[in-house]
Amino acid sequence: MEAIIQLVIFVTLLCVGYFAGTWLERKHYRSIIDRERASLHVLSVPLKTLPGMEQATGSELVMGSVVVSIDYFKKIVANLRNLFGGRIGAYESVLDRGRREAVLRMKEEAMRRGYHAVLCVRVETSRLASSMKQGKGTAGVEILAFGTAVRLPEDSPYRKPVA
Amino acid sequence: MLLTSTEIVPGRSIVECYGLVSGSTVRAKHLGRDIAAGFKNLVGGELKGYTELLAESREQAVQRMTEQAQAMGANAIVNVRFATSSVAQGAAELFAYGTAVRLD
Repeated sequence: MEAIIQLVIFVTLLCVGYFAGTWLERKHYRSIIDRERASLHVLSVPLKTLPGMEQATGSELVMGSVVVSIDYFKKIVANLRNLFGGRIGAYESVLDRGRREAVLRMKEEAMRRGYHAVLCVRVETSRLASSMKQGKGTAGVEILAFGTAVRLPEDSPYRKPVA
Repeated sequence: MLLTSTEIVPGRSIVECYGLVSGSTVRAKHLGRDIAAGFKNLVGGELKGYTELLAESREQAVQRMTEQAQAMGANAIVNVRFATSSVAQGAAELFAYGTAVRLD
């Protein structure tokens, strides 16, 4: 009897994780794509400088960060994958969402403060250890994007019209 | 205090270099947030409580680095970098470092 109850709980968690997780992921991707389109005019490059950047009139450090976690269904799928090895697609989409979100937040901060481009963009990833399971579990993954926002004069070739 | 992740500040020149400055903070997340995050772990996605906590802590690490640079007489920090490491169960160290300089 107890085994049946445990199985029911497990299946319920799996279903909640799958349906809610998929729905939330789709919603998040839609928002990312829309916001990426809206911030296309802000140039963001990992280069330290570009020719003609000497005419920049102001600069400041901007950053954006996000902590993302994987859903229950994906966690189980990833654990199964660990038995055979190979590509774990379940984690790829979570990290992709996180990176794009962090970069977007950085760009949005630059836009809010009236800057026109972001140089020297760096992206860093770190794991947050969970306080459960003797610190072996992962509570989430933090992604931080930071760069130097610069203000450019009207005639700069790097200043693009707002879409 | 001007902070940049580039080695130079566009349109300004560096007149004096003071060397490395750094700031760090170690933070533990509290139980309430852990429980909320545990529920959120079921459906995945962003854990807002943790995002805010880490952003606040990083702000403090930057603040400490800035104070150190000010004490040296610098007016800018160039080539700023961040590092995060998990040092113990449920605790993370946020570290910020850069080069303190004086701009003209």
